[in-house]
Amino acid sequence: MKTVKVYGPGCARCETTEKMIKDAAAKLGVEVEVEKITDARSMAMAGVMSTPGISVDGKLVHAGGLPDAARLEGWLSA
Amino acid sequence: MTIEAHDPHRGTQDWLWYLGVPAAAVALYLVYGQLIPFSEWVTSLFPVARDSHTGEAIAFFVYDVPKVLLLLTGIVFVTGVLRSWFSPEKTRAILAGKREIWGYPLASLLGVLTPFCSCSSVPLFIGFVSAGIPLGVTFSFLIAGPMVGPVGLGLLYGLVGWEIATIYLVFGFTIATVAGFVLGRMGLERYLQDWVRELNAGPVGDLPEEQFTLVDRLKLGLEQVREIVGKVWIWVLIGIGIGAAIHGYVPEAMMLQIMGGEAWWSVPAAVAVGVPMYTNAAGVIPIVEALLGKGAALGTTLAFMMSVIALSLPEMIILKQVLKFRLIAIFIAVVASGILATGFLFNAIL
Repeated sequence: MKTVKVYGPGCARCETTEKMIKDAAAKLGVEVEVEKITDARSMAMAGVMSTPGISVDGKLVHAGGLPDAARLEGWLSA
Repeated sequence: MTIEAHDPHRGTQDWLWYLGVPAAAVALYLVYGQLIPFSEWVTSLFPVARDSHTGEAIAFFVYDVPKVLLLLTGIVFVTGVLRSWFSPEKTRAILAGKREIWGYPLASLLGVLTPFCSCSSVPLFIGFVSAGIPLGVTFSFLIAGPMVGPVGLGLLYGLVGWEIATIYLVFGFTIATVAGFVLGRMGLERYLQDWVRELNAGPVGDLPEEQFTLVDRLKLGLEQVREIVGKVWIWVLIGIGIGAAIHGYVPEAMMLQIMGGEAWWSVPAAVAVGVPMYTNAAGVIPIVEALLGKGAALGTTLAFMMSVIALSLPEMIILKQVLKFRLIAIFIAVVASGILATGFLFNAIL
């Protein structure tokens, strides 16, 4: 079970990112719990400066723009 | 990254990109060259005289819509590719290590080059300030980003010529640098929202740098085109519609009275109208094109354009999360003063 957090103020790209994560997880057969973080303070605490940002099990792996599908699978299966 | 090496289609897909991007560029260029005959032909289909008010307005509209959309696509793509070499994280690392005095011009420059959308200006602001970047330097960055963006400059170049695009670049850059410096000198840290100040000593996240191939960068450019052109096209149409109405129907004598260099109050009036107006560079430049074509003074028009692009109410509402009202008011006042000074200067010397 991996905990994935999506950081972003709720823009269209953040929604797309969340969907990409769920699709990739389903494809890989990895169990994930996706949590959306929308408040600025938590984003700052996590060190996210550009959105959407993604962290997997507490480790920040991506910030700014949609993630690359192949890389996303890499983070989820690592 | 190793993941890419396992993709068996990778090699063939890359060739498509290396051939497709130059082919698309040539195609866009050829289409761009045919816009005048095309727009004249479309205008001739309407049952109005070509030299009537309505004929002029239609010709302006059907010429500018494809022109602006083509230019916008090209600019956004090239910018998207170039910006893949920059990121807010790298910019922060560069700025955090600099002496304050070099920070202002450097922040203005990086503001133009660093990709960021206004929806992430809050986390970006906090990220900068918490890394010890002075408040004024952070403001220089935030002013330059929207004000001297490549979309605005590229469209100015394409629609009104390189002279005015250059003037806009130089003065936009100067305002961002000087306004940041002035704000920095004023010691405004106490007007940050309390939780932001408490966070100053907080942790700074580290992000492993993503490795991109050239094709990855081209893909990022295309993604930008889809996202930005998909979002701003409606503003482009509205802006060109207003520009067409001005071009077709507003008499030159009236324009000279309202926005001419003689009327001193036209510069502050242009700023007062421009600040609450919400659009973006792509939407306002067709209006600028029509205003200048009708004889509006350059200083007044520059002031209008700068205040529309650089000071927007939605952005202020977003920044309200991190700045107290007083700081927002000071920020607007300082930037607006720079814009006013630019407007008066150009009306005086031209």
